Amino acid sequence: MTTFYEPRQLVSPGTLLAEGNYQPGFNVYRDDGKYYASMVGLVDIRNNVISVIPLRGCYIPQPGDLVIGKVVECISTAWMLDIRSPYQGVLFASEFLSKPLNPLKEEARRYLDVGEMVVATVMAFDRTRNPSLTARDHGLGKIHRGTVIDVDFTRVPRIIGKKGSMITMLKKETGAQILVGQNGRVWISGKSRDEEAIIAEAIRKIELEAHTTGLTDRVREFLVSKRR
Amino acid sequence: MSQRIVPTVKRKQIIELSESGKRMDGRTLTDYRDITIQTGLVEKADGSSMVSIGGTKVVAGIKFEVGDPFPDIPNEGVMQVGAEFVPFASPEFEPGKPDEVAVELARVVDRGLRESKVLDTTKLCLIPGKKVWIVHVDVYILDHCGNLIDTAALAALSAMLSASMPEACIEGDTVRLTGRRLPMPITDIPINVTLAKIGSRLFVDPSFEEEEVLDCRFSVAFKENGMLCAMQKGESGYITPEEVLRAVEIAKDKSQEIRKKVVECLKLKSDKVGES
Amino acid sequence: MSESKIERLISEDGIRCDGRRLDEIRPIKFQLGVLKNTDGSAYVEWGRTKILVGVMGPRESHPKHLALSDKARVEAYYRMASFSVEEWKSPAPSRREVELSKVIREALEPAIFVEFFPRTSIDIFIEVLQADGSTRCASISAASLALVDAGIPMRDLVASIAVGKVEGKLVLDVQDKEDKAGESDMPMAYMPSKNAVTLLQMDGQITHEEFMQSIELLKKGCMEVYRKQKEAIESHFKGAVSNGEEA
Repeated sequence: MTTFYEPRQLVSPGTLLAEGNYQPGFNVYRDDGKYYASMVGLVDIRNNVISVIPLRGCYIPQPGDLVIGKVVECISTAWMLDIRSPYQGVLFASEFLSKPLNPLKEEARRYLDVGEMVVATVMAFDRTRNPSLTARDHGLGKIHRGTVIDVDFTRVPRIIGKKGSMITMLKKETGAQILVGQNGRVWISGKSRDEEAIIAEAIRKIELEAHTTGLTDRVREFLVSKRR
Repeated sequence: MSQRIVPTVKRKQIIELSESGKRMDGRTLTDYRDITIQTGLVEKADGSSMVSIGGTKVVAGIKFEVGDPFPDIPNEGVMQVGAEFVPFASPEFEPGKPDEVAVELARVVDRGLRESKVLDTTKLCLIPGKKVWIVHVDVYILDHCGNLIDTAALAALSAMLSASMPEACIEGDTVRLTGRRLPMPITDIPINVTLAKIGSRLFVDPSFEEEEVLDCRFSVAFKENGMLCAMQKGESGYITPEEVLRAVEIAKDKSQEIRKKVVECLKLKSDKVGES
Repeated sequence: MSESKIERLISEDGIRCDGRRLDEIRPIKFQLGVLKNTDGSAYVEWGRTKILVGVMGPRESHPKHLALSDKARVEAYYRMASFSVEEWKSPAPSRREVELSKVIREALEPAIFVEFFPRTSIDIFIEVLQADGSTRCASISAASLALVDAGIPMRDLVASIAVGKVEGKLVLDVQDKEDKAGESDMPMAYMPSKNAVTLLQMDGQITHEEFMQSIELLKKGCMEVYRKQKEAIESHFKGAVSNGEEA
């Protein structure tokens, strides 16, 4: 068992990472007993699982992910949602309304129209069909207020922070409601539009400086300085 | 372009059979299917041929036309190769503009002929800088049972070898045809050989069902003196450098075999062509 | 033809008309992430050849009936700008551009994990701003960096280069003048870590012996391009490598 790279070293597709008894994790493929990177990113080795944390890429839905989608199409008993992924999300009426929708009697767009946004979670996805979403759980549903910004989805883990440290700090410092969609969309609902704009700016800062140390403290200072 | 769905059962079958050196149609990995060459069936063309390799059938015609030279080679004639896919040749062909497959085919055939200098274009000049012979070489795919490139290349070559060109006399700035015929300024007999890589083996002259499951195809053209004059890897798979070297070895032998056949069929004296 | 006799392309001590040795490649500069509206992009200056590549996707296939049910549909569009060559070129795609688009796509597709993205499209747009030989090699090499920049999973980078025969000698990385006057041109694209040739073409006349030497020279040239591609990736993403806290 040999590894050729240290954790957090930069690698690119085709880079030989290791040989021997490992498990390929995300963005790593196995060929003839050897493990290669398939993406540009940083090496991660945990419990014999070798992965590459991607620096670029598009969002691929995973069951359980919280996502924020924009309605792009209404079909008789479902909506198609742009979730910043190659695959549009499907939200069936039964996963959004608390009562059945009879397409002969009423139009789906009465409840949710093209252009409106929804907070949902991914129920199932296997790439052969579009990911199916649900918005029936508590805290999910149509967005009525607040600000939504798009961020680079590879920065989402940083915006949330280790064990939620960053997002917890943001909420605590500002008192705002913030939801970070795994698909690179953030919903912010603060006391005022100004407040929301400051939080959006702070999130941009996290995105930009994602790979630096002491970021949580700097963002806190930033919020304090803006508040004055 | 329609979706190519690889029949996985067939692929496995073909690969496993090839382990004992055999193929679905009984050939060995280096055998060509039967080749037939018929020339002169289109009388209105300056040269024509109908060639089949197995079930694949291609007709080719040569037409001379007086035209303008290219500005960078003002004293040479022009050879132009075109490929047409006739819709009845395969359920996959659609009528209309030639798609990228037809364009690639025409250009691969063109390169094999052009780079071997099969036709001495310097002998096709009529009025230097002003009028030259344009030689249209058009191949029509009539039936597609695999290996279009070799069949089309052989058809174009046979049509050219069996063609004659009109005699022209120059009166001032005008070109007048005398009605007499002249022999073609042929200088070589280039032969194109195509192999398919399927799994880890190379298949000479792939059939349609082999093409359906191939990783990639590799074509190489040889001049009479054994020099390589054109090469093309095709389709979205890969081949290793070692396999390329092996493919060229095999193709070299095959090209000599086919050239012999062409010379016999067309009753050519092979010493008439060659280095000029 | 008489001109080429006056102007020799290779001097007696084996130096080419632009000062290179026979097996020396031109200065190559790759840059990633040069466009805002694409999912990935790259720019290359390869001697005087200048090419911009933008990648869109994976994204929903349009029109939908062209989508493939088991993999992403890859398309390459190789186009030369009307001002990229000596004489004005019609912007309409020529037969040459149609064929090159096809072989470039077939050179890149073996590198891409297309099976990860059924029913989507990956479009590779290549715009040759200035052509000075080996544009297909430069396009393939730059496009594979644009695919990296788009975060599309790949088996390896695809590096490409051409060997030509000029005045009876094999030369690496053919430029326009050598291509026009030379006896042959043989471009190859190669994935080093898979030992996979994904593009191989040749026109002109070479002996069997020269062909075998060419393959060796092409492998060496592709390795040099491969190193330059890796350097470009490192310099583009080096800001990301740090002692940052883990997410």
